[in-house]
Amino acid sequence: MNKRNPFGAKLNFNTGVVEMIHGAGGKASSQLIDQLFVAAFDNDMLNEHSDQAKITLPEGQVVMATDSHVITPLFFSGGNIGSLAIHGTVNDVSMSGATPLYVSAGFILEEGYPLKDLKLIVESMAEAAREAGVAVVAGDTKVVEKGKADGVFINTTGVGVITNGVDLSVNKIQPGDKVLISGSMGDHGVCIMSKRANIGFESNLESDSASLNWLVSDMLSQVPGIKYMRDPTRGGVSAILNEIAYQCGVGIRLEEDQLPIKEAVRSGCELLGLDPLYVANEGKLIAFCPAEFADQLVDTMRQHPLGKDAAIIGEVIEDENGFVQLQTSFGGSRVVDWINGEQLPRIC
Amino acid sequence: MKYVDEYRDGKLAHKIAEDIRNLVKPELDYYFMEFCGGHTHAIFRYGIPDLLPENVHLVHGPGCPVCVLPIERIDAAIELAVRHNVILCAYGDMMRVPGSNRASLLKIKAEGADVRMVYSCNDVLMIAQDNPDSEVVFFAIGFETTTPPTAIMILQANNMALKNLSVFCNHVLTPSAIGTILESPEIREMGTLKLDGFIGPAHVSTIIGSQPYEYFAEEFQKPVVIAGFEPLDVLQALVMLIKQVNEGRAEVENEFVRAVTADGNIKAKKLVSEIFELRPEFSWRGLGNVPYSGLRIKQKYRHLDAEYRFVIAPSTGKENKACECPSILRGVKKPQDCKLFGKACTPEMPLGSCMVSSEGACAAYYSYGRFRMA
Repeated sequence: MNKRNPFGAKLNFNTGVVEMIHGAGGKASSQLIDQLFVAAFDNDMLNEHSDQAKITLPEGQVVMATDSHVITPLFFSGGNIGSLAIHGTVNDVSMSGATPLYVSAGFILEEGYPLKDLKLIVESMAEAAREAGVAVVAGDTKVVEKGKADGVFINTTGVGVITNGVDLSVNKIQPGDKVLISGSMGDHGVCIMSKRANIGFESNLESDSASLNWLVSDMLSQVPGIKYMRDPTRGGVSAILNEIAYQCGVGIRLEEDQLPIKEAVRSGCELLGLDPLYVANEGKLIAFCPAEFADQLVDTMRQHPLGKDAAIIGEVIEDENGFVQLQTSFGGSRVVDWINGEQLPRIC
Repeated sequence: MKYVDEYRDGKLAHKIAEDIRNLVKPELDYYFMEFCGGHTHAIFRYGIPDLLPENVHLVHGPGCPVCVLPIERIDAAIELAVRHNVILCAYGDMMRVPGSNRASLLKIKAEGADVRMVYSCNDVLMIAQDNPDSEVVFFAIGFETTTPPTAIMILQANNMALKNLSVFCNHVLTPSAIGTILESPEIREMGTLKLDGFIGPAHVSTIIGSQPYEYFAEEFQKPVVIAGFEPLDVLQALVMLIKQVNEGRAEVENEFVRAVTADGNIKAKKLVSEIFELRPEFSWRGLGNVPYSGLRIKQKYRHLDAEYRFVIAPSTGKENKACECPSILRGVKKPQDCKLFGKACTPEMPLGSCMVSSEGACAAYYSYGRFRMA
């Protein structure tokens, strides 16, 4: 990279802000791409400065997933929108059993957003990509007028390949299968809510935002019979279990005693009148497997740092109505229904 | 969670459930109304009906603060936000409650009105201070529990001489509602609603105390047991109610001794009476016009009353004719008796207010108990 620098002064990452000109496609755009994105993501394909990335994929089934991130606040304990944008897409690809390999990133930036913060976001995105073993090989930047966006929006698309003959499918789920979760529920959602300006409760809870691909690869290589996996993000565990129950025409019965929930999450939910089953996660997965493999699977998950609190939380039952039920610790049972819009705090 | 988990202990629950089974007389049917939505929510969330013998019936009362608000008050709030362009601050539960023509605060927010969901009155004060050029209105609702915070906010706004803040007051009183249910023809004359006693409010009673319920026990010969909102509280209250029925007593008993005294929170009551006065009558969804059942802001603080600051056109809003919310709120009908339940009216598209809040009987039935009807 001993080329002549055509941009003059370097971007000022201390006091500079995003300007409309950074998205106009000219010299300023190139400068931002070069000094921020290419520098952080640092790989041969980006260094080529082309409009596309040419990639050669290993043999196998190609998996692709996309996700747009519009979170408030942009920075939270345990991460920021940048790391989250990598984790979210890596996890979506990984849940198929694929090895995630490449990611593209589209940024929509609001005029006036501090370059200092943008740099932090992009750098943690690069770090998250390195940890997950994926390369950010294509990108796009647009700038919108002040007030037309909320700081930074990021879309990421991920590509991976299923190389080991794994064949996960929701259609394989049947009554008798066990339902497992890789760790505590609701950490991300409660962490985000506690940071929102108008709530004002403090907790040292960190978001669980993480890439699950290494955990998934341990699970798939060590335990046979895993049928299906999903990461319970927005809408929490209840949303994906309801989707699966509906799709497969089965019921799912959860045991409240077995649900791993951190004290801080329980307390936060209690205070706000929310239910942890409906709160978002960004570093957890739900797995379905036949009962005979469940213990082995939970042990394998617990050996990985991201699965140390893994638990068998319920089982698939026959129920043509597709209800997700909860056997309460109290001794009763109830439906865990589809979430309806956002959970709204109760008055009393 | 300390001070919470103790009241959700499954083993103890089974023991109390056994006590209940031993206590009930097989030849009797017991009908108890839980007045509060907080109890309704706890009953369904923890699956309490599964623990009860078949002859103990829980009748869900009107104590869900958003459910009892009549459609014209919601229309008025919507009008404030849309026509008067105010920043309308409301508690979360209110956001989805349907007004006329299925309008709601969430819907008008999507259409551009400035509606803010708040967690406390403090948020409202902050919003008013941060937006000195906008009129800010607090859509105040709720029973005696949420009234003292509104009173404090009014006092603070007055002291701070905030010019842009006012309160659309919809605070209502629990004893008036209980009285109306007991006076209703379904109980007094027709006997269509059998009620053997009440599970008395938890949080409301921390403010008003246990004393106001004495009248119901005496006049109507119905036992009242004030109970906390935790599931063990509910079970224990049922034990106490069944004992009273069996022994032919009708007294006010207090299960929630850890928070409720006979006189309640004297400071809060004083504050409320400093700021508010009784309205001659207030309209309730389900109960109609109930005399002396609602509060309005006193003359001294009228400059902070949205109903004086803005001209609000009287609403011609009408409930959906098939909606059974009124009967459900009085305990006369169950949610599944309504033709709209689970069909035209669901938590996603609520027609009636009981389907909105998780404290509403319809939403609780739909979200937590639906599998029992399948």
